[in-house]
Amino acid sequence: MSEPARYRLLLALLGGATTVLFVLSLTVGPAAIGFGDSLAALVSGDGGAIVLIMREIRLPRALLGLMIGATLGLSGAALQGYLRNPLAEPGLIGVSASASLGAVLAIYTGLSAAFPLALPLSGLAAAVAGVVVVQALAGMHGGTLTIILAGVAVSSFAGAMTSLALNLSPNPFAALEILFWMLGSLTDRSMDHVWLAGPFILLGWAMLAMLARPLDTLTLGEDAATSLGVDMRRVRFLAVFGTAACVGAATAVAGAIGFVGLVVPHLLRPLVGARPSRLLPASALGGACVLMMADILVRLIAPGRDLKLGVLTAIVGAPFFLWLIWRSRGRLT
Amino acid sequence: MAALAACAPARAESVPKRVVSMNLCTDQLAMLIADEDQLHSVSHLAADPGASVLAGRAGAYVVNHGLAEEIFLMRPDLVIAGTYTTRTTVALLRRLGFRVEEFAPETGFDDIRQNIARMGAILGRRDRAAALTAALDAGLAALAASPAEGAVAVYSSNSYTVGPGSLADAVIAETGLDNIAAAMGISGAGRLPLESLIAADPDLVVTGAQRFDDPALAQENFRHPAFRAFARQTAEVDIPDKYWLCGAPFTLIAARILKRAARRLEAGQE
Repeated sequence: MSEPARYRLLLALLGGATTVLFVLSLTVGPAAIGFGDSLAALVSGDGGAIVLIMREIRLPRALLGLMIGATLGLSGAALQGYLRNPLAEPGLIGVSASASLGAVLAIYTGLSAAFPLALPLSGLAAAVAGVVVVQALAGMHGGTLTIILAGVAVSSFAGAMTSLALNLSPNPFAALEILFWMLGSLTDRSMDHVWLAGPFILLGWAMLAMLARPLDTLTLGEDAATSLGVDMRRVRFLAVFGTAACVGAATAVAGAIGFVGLVVPHLLRPLVGARPSRLLPASALGGACVLMMADILVRLIAPGRDLKLGVLTAIVGAPFFLWLIWRSRGRLT
Repeated sequence: MAALAACAPARAESVPKRVVSMNLCTDQLAMLIADEDQLHSVSHLAADPGASVLAGRAGAYVVNHGLAEEIFLMRPDLVIAGTYTTRTTVALLRRLGFRVEEFAPETGFDDIRQNIARMGAILGRRDRAAALTAALDAGLAALAASPAEGAVAVYSSNSYTVGPGSLADAVIAETGLDNIAAAMGISGAGRLPLESLIAADPDLVVTGAQRFDDPALAQENFRHPAFRAFARQTAEVDIPDKYWLCGAPFTLIAARILKRAARRLEAGQE
């Protein structure tokens, strides 16, 4: 099979899996509703309990799972291509932690209650600041080690500021609430959250999608890319603000969900022939699959306990990550 | 400690004159039962209007924070504590030779009667305790005379609910209503997913009445559009937490509020 044909087959398979998981996500939940009934309630008109559950609880949850999973997969692939570093990932380079800080500030100053858009906006602003700082610390030619160190520095600073904000909050339970919130969850999110985060996530996707061709050229090295007419300032702008827009908004509504952005591009890279332009869409679909699968499992494993998404992705993702390091330790330096 | 516990019943006959209570629930029972000047100090929670029914009367007593040091300095001849809180303080006070009486939290009206009677015995106020129990029993009998019908769900902050084995469930049972948590296998306190609440479609939903003004995620569940739509179709009743946080004669008020809401609902349907 030729390489483009194999790539198209992969995309078709991932797209099919995404559709199946999206439908499954709509039909799994604590209220026992039949498969056919639940899907019929999405389109039929009467205002019964099933319609309310499907349209206001399960549909936003499935939509957010799709959008946030795709965001994590896409931004992981874009950051790895842009920084030419296999360890780049929104969580690892501090974007998630700084976006969380932004969200916490919006929630506990009461700003998000007064002005709902403040939640994604402040998540986004803090995420931009996080990426800019990491980039300033690591420089354009930053190696694996500098990126990780800069990410660690930004993450711990954002974590400390988050704790400080919670200490100063008038709500005595704020720290406890946020401890669980940061682990990531899609439980009982509403269409309000979809409308708040959706536009920023779509904007971020559009910006990251424009990176496809420059990233291909960038694999030749920065100097070669510049001589081939790639505008590095534009690439940087798209990568930084694209990631910040979608990851910032995603984190603001669902908390920090780790490992999806790291693991998914690694899994798919060998299958797309290591071309960033092909990795981006495949990784977006793969991320959506992984996150929706995790969100379905969370509801099946411990229905009454509100198991956190980030816990599940870390339990599965961390051993995989260790295996990845072990397998490629000769090539990572 | 075993020796102390053994001689406690004998000493209970000598009436204590300087009593310190360290727990919100024993604070309130002691305030209701103790003689004038018999109760010296109550915990700081007793003055919190959100948690304590008798908050207005707590100002008459010295405040304590359940710390062994401050209680030691008060030189009480009896310390009253709950069985779940301030464990280390209780152990330390006993080692220092204080008489400590512990009260288990009430999970039903039988527990309330027992705790009232025991508090009366310990404080040498058996008549007062008997009068309170009689009033409670009369109130419960009046409720039982005309039971309400229908299904009720308790839905508080963070989607918490209560099932069999909790005081709130006992209150619901006294009104004649059915708690939907029982059918879902929830016992004690547990989470009630919003989906399950809407699917169960109770006639009446009890929301935790103590809404915080401070920004919190705990009350996001009340802001969810699905909950708001559900609440528009379903009767909602606020029962202030303080009435069923502790089991006492005033727990009857929670049952009365619930019963009144159920009656209004029945009247509306006819």
